[in-house]
Amino acid sequence: MTSSGWIIMLLSTGTVSLLFVWCIFKVLAVGNECEQVHDSEKEPPEAESLEDTSGRS
Amino acid sequence: MSTSNECWNSRTGLVLAVAGSAVGLGNFLRFPGQAAEYGGGAFMLAYFISFLLIGLPICWAEWSMGRQGGRNGFNSAPGIFNAITRKPAFKYLGALGVLIPVIVYMYYVYIEAWCLGYSVNFLAGNMEFNTVEESGSFWGDFIGINGNGEAIGFGLKQVGIYLILVFLLNFILVYRGLSRGIESFCKYAMPALIVLAAIILFRVLTLGTPDVAMPERNLNNGLGFMWNPTKHVLETRQEGGQWVTDHAIVDQAKLQAAETLASNDTGKRVRKVTAREQLLKPNLWLAAAGQIFFTLSVGFGVIITYSSYLSKKDDVVLSGLAAASANEFCEVTLGGLITLPAAVAFLGVAGVAGMGTFGLGFNVLPMVFANMAFGNIFGFLFFFLLFLAAVTSSISMLQPGIAFLEETLKFNRKQSVACLGLITAIGCGFCVYFSENVKALDAMDFWVGTFLIFVLSTIQILIFGWILGVDKSFEQLHQGSAIRIPGFFKFIMKYVSPVFLLVIFAMWIATNVFGLNLQTGEASEYSSYVKDLFIEPNKVAWMSVALIGFVAALFTVFIAFSPNYKNFSKEED
Repeated sequence: MTSSGWIIMLLSTGTVSLLFVWCIFKVLAVGNECEQVHDSEKEPPEAESLEDTSGRS
Repeated sequence: MSTSNECWNSRTGLVLAVAGSAVGLGNFLRFPGQAAEYGGGAFMLAYFISFLLIGLPICWAEWSMGRQGGRNGFNSAPGIFNAITRKPAFKYLGALGVLIPVIVYMYYVYIEAWCLGYSVNFLAGNMEFNTVEESGSFWGDFIGINGNGEAIGFGLKQVGIYLILVFLLNFILVYRGLSRGIESFCKYAMPALIVLAAIILFRVLTLGTPDVAMPERNLNNGLGFMWNPTKHVLETRQEGGQWVTDHAIVDQAKLQAAETLASNDTGKRVRKVTAREQLLKPNLWLAAAGQIFFTLSVGFGVIITYSSYLSKKDDVVLSGLAAASANEFCEVTLGGLITLPAAVAFLGVAGVAGMGTFGLGFNVLPMVFANMAFGNIFGFLFFFLLFLAAVTSSISMLQPGIAFLEETLKFNRKQSVACLGLITAIGCGFCVYFSENVKALDAMDFWVGTFLIFVLSTIQILIFGWILGVDKSFEQLHQGSAIRIPGFFKFIMKYVSPVFLLVIFAMWIATNVFGLNLQTGEASEYSSYVKDLFIEPNKVAWMSVALIGFVAALFTVFIAFSPNYKNFSKEED
């Protein structure tokens, strides 16, 4: 393998590995703050937010 | 509205489930082949640009729209599109978000059975091959490639028993529900998959030169074949004066020998292909964007359903990024360092060049493990790794269908699992019976697993950026988010992603449907998929398209008569 091949390989694998580790760290850190992702009861439909999103009043 | 009480148990579980959906055979088989074919370093540059311009943006758009739809009580793409756009016609476009995973499941579960079958046969010591032809012959017999109906058999070396096992496993997991089935399984399967891959990676990185009689077959050249940004190729001059590539050269000694040969023969030359030259080829961009697109499972209908079980307090930005990064880690770091380096170390560059996904995975790699010390163990581990990756993907393909049947027909979970089980069993049986040259699988993969995914992704990014409006969509996306997306992504998601996607889509149609050569601009001949339908009609190809059409029509009828969707439209009026 050429030296430029080594650089490409290390940059590519290093970047995605670091991103992965950072994301897992953040998810675990944030996950501890709010362990339950969901509400056990279904939320009511959000007509207001829908109107917001569609841009209609 | 749906009466579903499904929900995720934890953010980690959700991220692992979405990552599991994305991590599949493509990470370990398709990606290395594509990267090596299109020039390693040059390909990686195009790959990362595509990740930023279409991969992440569409991924975030799906997460956001799914959560929005879920808050209005809908968990499948038709209901979600209907609710968030408030345009009833969009629910029919949303049918693609159910059709795609259901059809893909029909043939994906068949490939999943190959992986399980290979891992069992490695453990049983049935994979002693001396040549790639022997390995290819085993694969052909195993999947019934030589004739229709030949795949149906229940011996250890036939696919039938494994197919039944994986089919049952998938439906048991889905029947147990979102958190007790899919999430629980992924929580164990994904770490197990990474550990297995790490063990195999360690073995591959310590291969050195397995056969001292063939010094050019070594790990260093394997890594070079995969990652070198500049390639050397030996070319031969044709009678017309054009130069045609013979093969790529990685090994230094082979390069010197080729240069000596070229200096003595005017009909031969060694050419250095630079990264810049490769980046100017449209095919490289098409391959890189296509790989990013399919590896992240965007436009599949899965992410939008998974995220619909979140509440507005729940983060989607970090979760989406984390799931995508887990997939990239498995693909680039694990897949990129395992598959091709191992294959080149045992078989040389000539032995692996030009092999497709199936050729590399089921013909070349078994041969590699057969030649490796403790090859049965490592072969078993590798194919079990592929099997785990496939299961985490296939179970994700069932959830949109389950949610859709619960929503449209007001089925409970047991009824929807039974109904979807029947539909997918018929489709899977069709793929397995028409196994000659994997024609049915190939046709369904092309028209649904590739073509329709492009269509659905384009629809989704246009809804996000243009129908809902990028500013409002960005606000929705950031509700409850743990991290913020840089503002320039607004511009990317509104303008760059749709244009990039449409250009790639147009290039893909030009090359893969109409057979246009993007380098020369010349049309050679229509692709085999078009030929099979219109030029030299093939019965199996037509039946495959008819099956897709039948399922699409069935889903359209369900949508048209669904009281949930009608009631929602009336409430809005």
